[in-house]
Amino acid sequence: MKILVTVKRVEDYESKIKVKPDNSWIVTEGVNYRANPFDEIAVEEALRVRDANAPSEVVAVSIGSGAAQAEIRSALAMGADRGILVKHDGFLDSDAVARLLQKVVAKEAPDLVLMGKQAVDVDDNVTGQLLAEYLGWGQATFASKKESLESPEEKAKKPGLRFGADKKTVQVAREVDGGLEVLEVQLPALITVDLRLNVPRYASLPNIMKAKKKPIEELAPAALGVDVSPKVKVVRVEAPPARTAGIKVPDVATLVKKLHEDAKVV
Amino acid sequence: MATILLIAEQAHGHLKKATLSALTAAQQLAQKGGGQIQAVVIGAGAAQSAQELAAYLPTVHAVEGGGFEHALAETHAAAAVEAAKKVGATDVVLAATAYGKDIAPRIAAKLAAGVASDILAVVSANQFKRAMWAGNAIATVEVTTPVKVVSVRATEFPAAQKSGSPGAVQQLGVTAPAPKTKFIEFNEVKSARPELTEASVVVSGGRGTKGDFKPIEALADVLNAAVGASRAVVDAGWQPNDLQVGQTGKVVAPKLYIAAGISGAIQHLAGMKGSKTIVAINKDAEAPIFQVADYGLVADLFKALPELTEEVKKLK
Ligand SMILES: Cc1cc2nc3c(=O)[nH]c(=O)nc-3n(C[C@H](O)[C@H](O)[C@H](O)COP(=O)(O)OP(=O)(O)OC[C@H]3O[C@@H](n4cnc5c(N)ncnc54)[C@H](O)[C@@H]3O)c2cc1C
Repeated sequence: MKILVTVKRVEDYESKIKVKPDNSWIVTEGVNYRANPFDEIAVEEALRVRDANAPSEVVAVSIGSGAAQAEIRSALAMGADRGILVKHDGFLDSDAVARLLQKVVAKEAPDLVLMGKQAVDVDDNVTGQLLAEYLGWGQATFASKKESLESPEEKAKKPGLRFGADKKTVQVAREVDGGLEVLEVQLPALITVDLRLNVPRYASLPNIMKAKKKPIEELAPAALGVDVSPKVKVVRVEAPPARTAGIKVPDVATLVKKLHEDAKVV
Repeated sequence: MATILLIAEQAHGHLKKATLSALTAAQQLAQKGGGQIQAVVIGAGAAQSAQELAAYLPTVHAVEGGGFEHALAETHAAAAVEAAKKVGATDVVLAATAYGKDIAPRIAAKLAAGVASDILAVVSANQFKRAMWAGNAIATVEVTTPVKVVSVRATEFPAAQKSGSPGAVQQLGVTAPAPKTKFIEFNEVKSARPELTEASVVVSGGRGTKGDFKPIEALADVLNAAVGASRAVVDAGWQPNDLQVGQTGKVVAPKLYIAAGISGAIQHLAGMKGSKTIVAINKDAEAPIFQVADYGLVADLFKALPELTEEVKKLK
């Protein structure tokens, strides 16, 4: 089986995010970067699926500046076999990313594309679904599993995705409003992953060393024939309205009095 | 004239409340860009839900039939696109629920439209505000395509009001494409409590509960509140996934949000900062949750919550 998995370079969620004084974007100086956490879950799942279905291959794809090599290397250090970087400096909207990925998929012909359900920078939760429609594939968004992250299945690093005996279909449990839905998708399929699918592994030192020798192919949007002008532009970025801290109350009786008499919410 | 198509969400003949918030966003869009609003309801029970929605709008289309029984993204997006073409939609609006997020991009791809996702405000006919970086920044985005798809964060828009004269329901015949996806089962989390995103009071527990939600539930009972949780709780399997409040879970904005044993990570705050009154109960006086709380109580939740439950009972 061939599995394509996406890794986006995003601001580290532990970094302090500040808006630029001219409201054009956020301040990027002094911010740490890393792979989108949802994509790490996608990489982990890809590796588990590969190892349970030998012979298989995991290809990690990133779209971004040359610096995104680092996030591909981190996927390779987790265990992915090779990387592809579609190199582009500057902003790309999710639609352009989906259309670039469509070309990469056409070239690689994977059985499965695994992506994070959202990138924690623009937080828009659309790229996987756009790609599925452009490909004409079935999709299962927000992939999870019935077993908890504390379960023996998770400790044994079993894949949460369940393939049919003929490897023509995959069953996916999805986190939707009100519960877990199970869908069966024909391969090739597109799956976006949620938090409860697995706990991603850390790369070991020997694997980090090995990853340095794994190949990363570079592609360019123009060579792929994709016009990347955005359908959705960011015209302004502002700081959110600040919420000021209220008061500390000494005890429960005072709290209830305040909630009843001042806030009038109980 | 511009036509805005609202994609309603329903289950078993009942409209989801989030749809009425999306309708308000559609009305604001109509005010700013001109045009009329029509709606489409898709799935088993659509005709009945469409009747309910017709109290708000002059024309509601209903798509029913075998191929649409389950909310598969492929078939529902295809039906939405058929409806959009039929009414000549310039805008497609829907709530950014799990259903809305699943289908909105597929609709956009079919219509060569840009999609503004999970919007907080309508700035103009083609500009919208949305949260990025876990709510650390609010972006104004501009959709540059002739047709636009907009998904709406329901907590940011009040529910629409009924119109004076009820509208008409029209059956829309659509042939479902053969999907590459099959519904297997739905494991519903049953709860007698109000729905998390709709409740006017939410009591949430974090890792500080150590998995014991009894004091949270007892307080929720006397307040007729929904129960919420932090990611730490859900990851540990202590509570169902769909109770996670935050950047990557549910966004709530009740009139009262009580956070007990939750530290207040930015990803959690992104899902509850819009609440009217926030109460934090945490034994660590330095916990970041206190920076957004209107009322903070430095206490052990296992002592404070039962006391709070008793005091609230006395008021009733
Ligand atoms: C990609 C990504 C997405 C995320 N999305 C979300 C999300 O949507 N929602 C979310 O919530 N988190 C999310 N997180 C996780 C988030 O960063 C925090 O890790 C999480 O919110 C912490 O949960 P917590 O506050 O319950 O636990 P902790 O941070 O461990 O805090 C526990 C708190 O309980 C207090 N406490 C302990 N015992 C008691 C007691 N007896 N009485 C009173 N107080 C007590 C402690 O003082 C502490 O403040 C996300 C993280 C990532 C990386």
